[in-house]
Amino acid sequence: MDFNLKIWRQKNAREKGHFETYHIAGIEEDASFLEMLDILNEQLIREGNDPVAVKRGCQSSGPVSFDHDCREGICGACSLYIDGRAHGPDDHVTTCQLFMRHFKDGATITVEPFRSPAFPIIKDLVVDRSAFDKILQAGGFISVRTGAAQDANCILIPHEKAEKSMDAAACVGCGACVATCKNGSAMLFVAARVSSLALLPQGRPEAARRARNMVAKMEELGFGGCTNTRACEMECPKGISIEHISRLNREFLSAKFSE
Amino acid sequence: MADKLISKIPDGPLAEKWTKRKSELRLVNPNNRRKLEIIVVGTGLGGASAAASLGELGYNVKVFCISDSPRRAHSIAAQGGINAAKNYQNDNDAVYRLFYDTIKGGDYRSREANVYRLAEVSAAIIDQCVAQGVPFAREYGGYLANRSFGGVQVSRTFYARGQTGQQLLLGAYAALNRQIAAGTVTSYPRHEMLDLVMIDGQAKGIIARNLVTGKLERFGAHAVVIATGGYGNTYFLSTNAMNSNGSAAWQCYKKGAYFANPCFAQIHPTCIPVHGDQQCKLTLMSESLRNDGRIWVPKKMEDVLRLRKHEVKPSQIPEEDRDYYLERRYPAFGNLVPRDVASRAAKERCDAGYGVNETGLAVFLDFSDAIKRLGHQRVQERYGNLFDMYYKINNVSPWEEPMMIYPAIHYTMGGIWVDYDLQTTIPGLYAIGEANFSDHGGNRLGASALMQGLADGYFVLPVTIADYLSNKFAEPKTDINDPAFEQAEKDVQARIDRLFGIKGKQTVDSMHKKLGNIMWEYVGMARSEEGLKKAIEEIKKLKAEFYEDVCVPGNQGEFNQELEKALRLEDFFEIGELMARDALNRNESCGGHFRIESQTEEGEAKRDDANYMYVAAWEYKGEDKEPELHKEPLKYEFIEVKTRNYKD
Repeated sequence: MDFNLKIWRQKNAREKGHFETYHIAGIEEDASFLEMLDILNEQLIREGNDPVAVKRGCQSSGPVSFDHDCREGICGACSLYIDGRAHGPDDHVTTCQLFMRHFKDGATITVEPFRSPAFPIIKDLVVDRSAFDKILQAGGFISVRTGAAQDANCILIPHEKAEKSMDAAACVGCGACVATCKNGSAMLFVAARVSSLALLPQGRPEAARRARNMVAKMEELGFGGCTNTRACEMECPKGISIEHISRLNREFLSAKFSE
Repeated sequence: MADKLISKIPDGPLAEKWTKRKSELRLVNPNNRRKLEIIVVGTGLGGASAAASLGELGYNVKVFCISDSPRRAHSIAAQGGINAAKNYQNDNDAVYRLFYDTIKGGDYRSREANVYRLAEVSAAIIDQCVAQGVPFAREYGGYLANRSFGGVQVSRTFYARGQTGQQLLLGAYAALNRQIAAGTVTSYPRHEMLDLVMIDGQAKGIIARNLVTGKLERFGAHAVVIATGGYGNTYFLSTNAMNSNGSAAWQCYKKGAYFANPCFAQIHPTCIPVHGDQQCKLTLMSESLRNDGRIWVPKKMEDVLRLRKHEVKPSQIPEEDRDYYLERRYPAFGNLVPRDVASRAAKERCDAGYGVNETGLAVFLDFSDAIKRLGHQRVQERYGNLFDMYYKINNVSPWEEPMMIYPAIHYTMGGIWVDYDLQTTIPGLYAIGEANFSDHGGNRLGASALMQGLADGYFVLPVTIADYLSNKFAEPKTDINDPAFEQAEKDVQARIDRLFGIKGKQTVDSMHKKLGNIMWEYVGMARSEEGLKKAIEEIKKLKAEFYEDVCVPGNQGEFNQELEKALRLEDFFEIGELMARDALNRNESCGGHFRIESQTEEGEAKRDDANYMYVAAWEYKGEDKEPELHKEPLKYEFIEVKTRNYKD
C-alpha cells in the first residue's frame, strides 16, 4: 500500500509548528500504524543522510518523534490525532493497535498531536501529559500503608461490582478524551479513577474527598468543564462509559453537601 | 575475588530463615530516615512499590523512569495473573508447594532461601493490592477468584481480566502518587540513567539524561536501587515494550556489579507469530489462555499444505486428524506444561514441517471445546479482551477459528547478582524484580514475575536496605560536585559525542535487527557450541560495523529518540555477547537454556547437576577483555533435586 502522510512537525515547545508531507510506499496491510511510522523514519533518516536527496529538496526535519512503548494497547503511551480522530479511524483501539488495512491504498493521512492547553507539545507528535499524574496525586489512591492490610477475602465484593470497577479501571491514561473534547475536559479520565475506587468498599472512606480534590486539581491545571456531548466516550480506546461521570458527579455533590 | 559472592543466606530451617534475617537486620530511627536519600531507577512493579514503601517509611526518595509517566512501565503489559499461596481453593496449596513449584519450574537453578521467601510473602501481596483497590476477579459470593497457570496442579493465580499487570501497577503507582503528594518521593519522568556513580567503592548516585532537554544531570544518594527490568530486547523482536532496555543494569555491571546467568532467557510459547519483516514488536497472548485452549497441529502433511494455501479452514480439520502434541507428550500437565517445555515442543513440531501459517512457524491454540463446555458468556469474561486483541491484530476471530501462536522472547531470568538482602556486589547498590537474577532459575513460571516485583518492592527491599543505611545517616549528603560525578558525566558525554561523530549510513533500528537475527539464530531456542562461538564473533563484527557506520541524526540538546536507541543498542551488543558466552560455558540443557549437545534420546532437556549446579556470576574486566566467571554453588538442603517430569 502507498500513502501520503501529512504530519505535524514542531521542533520544540517554543517554536511554531507546520505540516510536512511525505510519500511512503510498499506498506503491508497487516502493518500497524506505528510500524508504518517506523518505516517512514527509516526513510527520513536515510534521505537526510543522502546529499542527493537533500539537494532534491528532501525535508531535513529528521525522523518524526512520537510517543509509544508497549505496542499492545495497554501502556497508554501512544497518542496521535489521525484524520481528525484520536487514535484514528478504528473504534476502541489505541494507535498502536490500528492497522493499515483500515486505510484506502493511496490515501492522504493527516497526523497531528493530541491538542489541549493542558498538554503542551514537546516535539512533533509528542505532548506533555504530566497533568494527568498531578490529578492522580491529588487523591487518586486509597491511603493504605504497606503491610497494613487484612486478609484479602475479608473484603467481600459482589462479582458485578468488581466487574464494574474493573470497567473503569481499564483507563490507560492516554488522553484521547481530552484531545477529543471541545472543552479539553479531563472529566472521563478523572471519573474513571474516582468511580473505580468509589465502587469498592475499601474506596468508600475517601470517596467524597477524592472526588473534590481531583476535580479541583483538574480545573487548576487548565482542563475545561464537561460538555455532556459524550464525545470522550466515543473515542475512548477502552470504551469507558460516561456513566462513570455520573458517579463522579454524585460523589462530588456529596462532598459539597458534607462540607 | 570469589569472596564477593557472599549470599548471606541465614542458617536454620527453611521456613524460619526470613524471620531470622529480619530480626538480625539493623533499623533506622524514623527521625534519621528523612536524612537519608535513596535513588530508585524504574517504576514497574518493583520500582514503584519500593519507592512508595520507602517514601512511606520516611526516606527521601528520588524515582526515575524513561516514560512520560511512572504508570507506563512495562509491568503494565502483564496479562494473566499473579500467584499467591492463599489456598482459597482448598486444593492443598501451601507456601511450601508454591516454593517447590517455583524451584522445580526453574529447573533447580535458583536459590532455595530466596524462593521460599518469595512464596512466604506472596499472600500478603494479594492483601495489600486488594486494600489498594485493585479490582481482582470475584466469584458471585464476593470472594476472590483463581485460575491455573503452567507448571502447577493447583489454582492459585489471582487476576483482573487479562489486565492483571496493569491493575497491580496502577495500585503501586497510586501508592507512589500518594507519597509524591506527601513530598517524600520526587518523581523524574523522561529521565534515563546512563551511568552509576561510585565514591570509595560505594554506589552514591547516577548520571541521567533528561530526555526532553537532552541535558545530562547528576543525582546523589546514600543508596541506589535498580528496578529497570530485563534485557529481552537484545533480540530486537520480543514481547518487551519498545523502550525496555538493559542499559541501567549494564552500566552497573561495567562499574563492578556481577551479572548472573545472562543466558537464561524465557521464550514464551503463546505469542502472535511474526507476520513480515516490517515488524518491530511481538505481541503476547496470555498464558492463562492455556487453561482452556488446546494446542495442536495437523497430523497429516497434506492438511498442513492445504492450510498454508488457505484451501481449508483450521476448524474444518476433523478431530481425529489433529495432533494435540502437548497432551500427547505430557499427559499429566497437558497444555499447562511450563513455558520452556511448551516452546520447545512447538519448535519441534514446526521443525518437523507441521507449522501452520505461510511461514511454517505457528501452531494452533483452539477454544472450540472451551466455548462448547463453558458457553460464550464465561469464555467472554475470562478471555474477552484477549480475543478482541487477537482479532484487531490478525483480523481472524478466535470465536470462529483457532488462534495461531509461536514462541517469542519474553523475559530474562538472568540479571544483576544479588545476595539474600538483594544487594549487589557493589555496596549500596540493590537490584529488584526482573533486573536481578535470584528467584526464577532457568525458567520462570507464569504469574510469578508480578509476584516477585511486588515481593521485592513492598516487603523485602524496604526491610533489608535499612541494614545498610543504619550507619549512614550521620554522613553528609552526597556531593554531586565530587570528582567521581565529574568523571562519570564526562564519560557519558564522550559516549554521546562518539555516536554523533560516526555519521554513517545505517539506521540504529536496522543494526538492532541484525543483532536480533544473530541472537535468535544462535542464542535462541536451541544453542550449540559451534553456533555460540559464531554468535560471539558475529556480534563483535557487527559492533565494530556500528561504530563505523551508524547514523544518529539530530543533536544531543533536544528530544532525540534515535540517540536514546543508539545508546541502548551499544549496551545490547555487549549484553548479547555475554549471553552467548554464558550459554557457551553452560554445557547443559536447563530451563529455557537448551544446548543441543545435552539432550535425552527423546529430545528432552538433559541437565548436568554434577558440573553446572551453580550460579554463573560474571565480572567485567574492561573493554575488549574477557569477563571473569565466578561460581556460586547452589545447595539444596530442603528439597530433593529431581529431573523435571511433566509426563506423569
